[in-house]
Amino acid sequence: MINVQDLKKNFGSLQVLKGITTHIDEGEVVVVIGPSGSGKSTFLRCLNKLEDATSGEIVIDGILLDKSEAHINQIRAEVGMVFQRFNLFPHMKVIENITLAPIKVRQKSHDIARKEGMELLKKVGLSDKAEAYPGQLSGGQQQRVAIARALAMHPKIMLFDEPTSALDPELVGEVLDVMKKLAEEGMTMVVVTHEMGFAREVGDRVIFMDDGRICEENIPDEIFTNPYNERTKAFLGKIL
Amino acid sequence: MSNLFVWKNFVEALPFLLTGVKVTITITILAVVIGIILGTLLGLAKLSNTKIFRLVATVYIDIVRGTPLLVQIFIVYLIFPPLFGFNSSDFYRYVAAVLAMGLNSGAYVAEIVRAGIQAIDKGQMEAARSLGMSHAKAMRYIILPQAFKQILPPLGNEFIILLKDSSLASTISVQEMFKNGQDIYNRNWAVVEVLIGVAIIYFIMTFTFSRILAIVERRLKTSD
Repeated sequence: MINVQDLKKNFGSLQVLKGITTHIDEGEVVVVIGPSGSGKSTFLRCLNKLEDATSGEIVIDGILLDKSEAHINQIRAEVGMVFQRFNLFPHMKVIENITLAPIKVRQKSHDIARKEGMELLKKVGLSDKAEAYPGQLSGGQQQRVAIARALAMHPKIMLFDEPTSALDPELVGEVLDVMKKLAEEGMTMVVVTHEMGFAREVGDRVIFMDDGRICEENIPDEIFTNPYNERTKAFLGKIL
Repeated sequence: MSNLFVWKNFVEALPFLLTGVKVTITITILAVVIGIILGTLLGLAKLSNTKIFRLVATVYIDIVRGTPLLVQIFIVYLIFPPLFGFNSSDFYRYVAAVLAMGLNSGAYVAEIVRAGIQAIDKGQMEAARSLGMSHAKAMRYIILPQAFKQILPPLGNEFIILLKDSSLASTISVQEMFKNGQDIYNRNWAVVEVLIGVAIIYFIMTFTFSRILAIVERRLKTSD
C-alpha cells in the first residue's frame, strides 16, 4: 500500500531524513516512535507531500508521488491526515468542516455529504455538536471532529501526527478510543505518537526512529520487551 | 472677528457643498472597489511562489507608495485621455480621478491583504491541502474568509483615508465637495465659512463610517 525507498529530506544544510526505506501493508497499523527531532513527523508529512522529499521515492496505492499537482491532490484525497493541533476551520461549523472537502473536491451533493458527515459524527460520538463551532469544543472533541473530517474523504490510509500531544491528559483516552475503533475496522494507519500503551495494544508494527533513520522495527511485543538496538533500549528505558 | 465668520455665509454655503457629497462618495467607493480587486491580486502575487509575480507586485507597490497621490492624479489625468483619444470632458476627469485613486489604493490594500493572509495559521492551509483541495480552493474557502476578518479594520481605515484624499480630485476640476467649496468662496470670498463647512461635512462622513465599521467588527468578533 505504501512503499518508501531511500527517502531523504534536507532543510537547508540540515538533513532530517537520512534514507528511510520501509513498506506498509494494507490494513496495517504502524506506530512511529522516537525522540523529538528524530524526523518522525517529517517522515509522515512526506507521505502526503506536505513536505517535498529531497530525494527518494514514495509510491502510495500504485501512484508515484512526483511533482504532478494532479497526482498530489489525488494522493491527498486518498490519504487522511490528523494534526497535533487539530487545524479545524474555525469559521465553519463542525458539520461544515466535515462536508467541505467531500463537496468541493469529490463533488458530492450537500445532502449526501451531510448525511455521511452526521454518520461520522455519530461514529466519533459527537452527533450533538454538528452545529457547534470548533472554538466551543474541548481539545479532545476537536480532535475527534478532525478525525471525522479526514474520514469523510473515504481515505484508504490515515496519518496521525502526534494526535494526542496537545491534549489535556484526561482527554487523551477519548481520541485513542476512536483511533482504536478505526484500527479494528481495518484502516491502514501510520501513527506518530508518544502513547506507548496505544502502540503496544493497537500497533501491528512499531518503527523506532532516531537521527533521521529507522533504527529498529518490529512487532510491539518484541520491540518493547526485547529491543536489540542500543538507542531503542536507551529511549524506551527513559520513557517506560 | 465678526467679519471673519459670517454665520449667514456658512448656512448659505451648506446646500451647495452637499451637492458635492454625492460625487465625493461615489469617487471614493469606485476607487475602493478598484483598490480591493487590484490589492487582492497584488497581495496574492506578493505571496506567490512565482518570482516574477512577486517582483511585479513589489515594484508596483514601492513606486505607488513612494510617490504622492496628487502627482499620480495629474499623471493619470495627463496620460490617459490622449491615450484613449478622449477630449478633456467632465466625464473624463471623473474617470481619471477614480482610476488614479484606485491604482493608488491598490498598493496599500495589497499590503493589508498580504498581512491578513500571513496572519492565518499555516496549519489551516496544510489541513485544507491534506484534504485534497487545490491551492486555489484552499485560499477561497479557508484562508481568505478568515483573512477577511483581519483585513476589515485596516480596509475601513483605507476607505476613510481615500474619502478625505478624494478632495485632491479638485485639482483636475472634478466637481466633488471641496471643488464646490472653492467655487463658492471664489465668488463670495467667504473662505473661512466655506472651509469650516467642508471640514464639518468630511468629519460627519468619516465619523459615521468609522462607527458603522466598529459595529460590524464587533458582530464579526462575536461569531468566533
